[in-house]
Amino acid sequence: MEELLLSRWQFGITTVYHFLFVPLTIGLSLIIAILETIYVRTGNEMYKQQTKFWGKLFLINFAMGVVTGIVQEFHFGMNWSEYSRFMGDIFGAPLALEALTAFYLESIFLGLWIFGWDRIPKVLHAASIWIVALATNLSAFWILVANSFMQNPVGYALRNGRAEMTDFIALITNPYVFYQFPHTVLSGLVTAGFFVLAISAYHLIRKTHVDFFRASFKLGLVWTTISLFLLMGSGHAQTQFIAKAQPMKLAAAEALWETANPAPFAVAALIDEENKTNSFEIKIPAMLSLMANNDPNTPIRGINDIEKEYIAKYGPGNYVPAVTPVFWSFRIMVAAGSAMMLIVLAAGFLWWRGQLEAKPCVLKAVLWSLPLPYIANSTGWFVTEGGRQPWIVVGLQRVEEAVSPSVGAGSIWISLIGFTVVYALLAIAAIYLVQKFVRQGPVDTPVTPTKPAAKGATLWS
Amino acid sequence: MELSVLWFVLVTVLFIGFFFLEGFDYGVGILLPVLGKNDTERRVLINTIGPVWDGNEVWMITAGGAMFAAFPHVYATMFSGFYLALFLMLMALIVRGVAFEFRSKDENPAWRTTWDWLIFFGSAIPALLWGVAVANLIKGVPINANMQYVGTFFDLLSPYTLVGGLAFLLVFIFHGAMYLTLKTTGEMVERARKAAVKAGVPAAVFCLMLVGMTYTNTDLFASTGAGITLWGAVVLFVGAYAAVYAKRYGLGFTLSSLTIAFTTVAFFWGLFPRLMVSSLNPAWSLTITNASSSQYTLQIMTVAALALVPVVLVYQGWVYWTFRKRVTAKDLEY
Repeated sequence: MEELLLSRWQFGITTVYHFLFVPLTIGLSLIIAILETIYVRTGNEMYKQQTKFWGKLFLINFAMGVVTGIVQEFHFGMNWSEYSRFMGDIFGAPLALEALTAFYLESIFLGLWIFGWDRIPKVLHAASIWIVALATNLSAFWILVANSFMQNPVGYALRNGRAEMTDFIALITNPYVFYQFPHTVLSGLVTAGFFVLAISAYHLIRKTHVDFFRASFKLGLVWTTISLFLLMGSGHAQTQFIAKAQPMKLAAAEALWETANPAPFAVAALIDEENKTNSFEIKIPAMLSLMANNDPNTPIRGINDIEKEYIAKYGPGNYVPAVTPVFWSFRIMVAAGSAMMLIVLAAGFLWWRGQLEAKPCVLKAVLWSLPLPYIANSTGWFVTEGGRQPWIVVGLQRVEEAVSPSVGAGSIWISLIGFTVVYALLAIAAIYLVQKFVRQGPVDTPVTPTKPAAKGATLWS
Repeated sequence: MELSVLWFVLVTVLFIGFFFLEGFDYGVGILLPVLGKNDTERRVLINTIGPVWDGNEVWMITAGGAMFAAFPHVYATMFSGFYLALFLMLMALIVRGVAFEFRSKDENPAWRTTWDWLIFFGSAIPALLWGVAVANLIKGVPINANMQYVGTFFDLLSPYTLVGGLAFLLVFIFHGAMYLTLKTTGEMVERARKAAVKAGVPAAVFCLMLVGMTYTNTDLFASTGAGITLWGAVVLFVGAYAAVYAKRYGLGFTLSSLTIAFTTVAFFWGLFPRLMVSSLNPAWSLTITNASSSQYTLQIMTVAALALVPVVLVYQGWVYWTFRKRVTAKDLEY
């Protein structure tokens, strides 16, 4: 069915595109809030420059995140109307709550932050970027509550031909949220940390604005190292949880066709989806059992067994996700994360030895690794969403049942092409602006003690 | 009061907030190339809505979210049925939002002119399409027994709905000009006033046409309250026009705001208890009963909305108060 395929492409493109900008804003808003707080507490003008420099880059990404987010909200109704009917009772609530608790705060206080320099007291100004940062993270929470229901439905009953909410507390305390939310937020912190590191490295290599970027590199290094460790820990915990909650997703991510005890970890595999086997694989014995259950002598169920169980439970059908892309996405995500860890540790080591700037090869490695967090974020989401197929809501609704029956392929083609072209043009504009401001570096803010302070400022500063 | 009735009222309130707030910032966006003769003037115009437009737009996002949560069938039928119209609107809103952020970040005149025109189209298209959408909701669209829209994009365009679209567009231009008389200084105030006076005449004509055609195309006047409210909107608009003519700008803006609020109330009142009218069979219309969420979800959402909406109003109002001063060419550092 052409409409289904097109709608899936559209969802994939708009979601991945949206999520190119969101992780950076999740992390960078917090970094900026910290920088501005340091400025307010110490009065050090350099930190005001830091706030403004990173703030400018943040705003470009934030704008892109906001406008692509509007599409996200609307296309559930546009392309997936039967999903909206079936799930609206549950899914609409977190979306409405996201708007009520997060979007208003974000957008209103961001406006205050952008236009409020010298107009409101310093403490209030710093508070507004904290509010933006917390609201951004709160918004991620609500979206992940909604997404977690699709992965692991809780607190509902099937009534009146749809899923109805029976327990709101269960919805927001869905165990899935408590693995997915930290992992997603931490990936945002890492993305922002790497962004700061890479741009600082750029200037340290060229020896421009050295003091300024030394300070941000240091902050970025501590920030990224800590969040990367936590990110990997949360990823491990999430995988262990998925082994229990979504065994099919784990089996697909590992291309494990037959149940095995102990199960090996396949480092690489040539996957033959047609014959449901791997024609070649490099494996580490018992490693998967150890990773999933903390015990090398435990069984892991394979795709073929789980499929049999699903057929018995849900009737005849194909319940196997596209194994090859899920398998490789998972490996690319892990490899990107590991590469980031190596680079950050190498940079940290040289920093500690005081040799970082003398050995630009590591700084160059940092600079050229900027795509890594983006690759990891996109492939990570692909594992999450691709590994859930053929379900849109696991066990309740299949993707092909969710698509809008009243929307023809022609309409979807128009919107698919339209969005993609506009997204591409906007990406070019955004990249142009980001590289322009990165090259330019911090702009010296003239110290103007002659300018009378805004009314009320003396109360606070 | 039934919770589904309360949510009908709440959705109406969200649309009033949206049309009132985004009404003037759409208007400012449309007037940008007309009133801004040079870059500095255009930056002044943009900065009158710069700190607030994003918060204004959240009213629409919240209205969308509230419809999804409270009336999922309306959300599903309307958004899939109005697919191409919504696609156009989303494209407009995407380029508009980015344009506000990007246009001043580069000196190149071609860069700025491009984004300025995107602000213009990004404001004019949604203004027009919302009018078309509201007119379609009450006029009725082909919805079958399974709540599916069975028409095409062109079924949404009829003389009545196009008049609705143009009436919205023109009133928003007028409303934006009224806002600018309050937020700018010097010669720009006079220019904004002239724009309001000019736009006001066709706006009045289309408003009257809209009211007249509402008699023949819809059953809105079956409800006396809705009918009186709609006529009230026309009277308020005439008042706003007289106020701007007499240079009573504060009064004028208040009256143009009330015009928008009354129009919105009239249309939703005329719809009640339906949210989308089926032109095929009245029994197939989407109503607050057959399109609503479960009682439990409505309860949860009611608690959340009653606790949160007042808080939002307070801090949004406070930010407007913070930026209450008129914008001059002197404070353009951003």
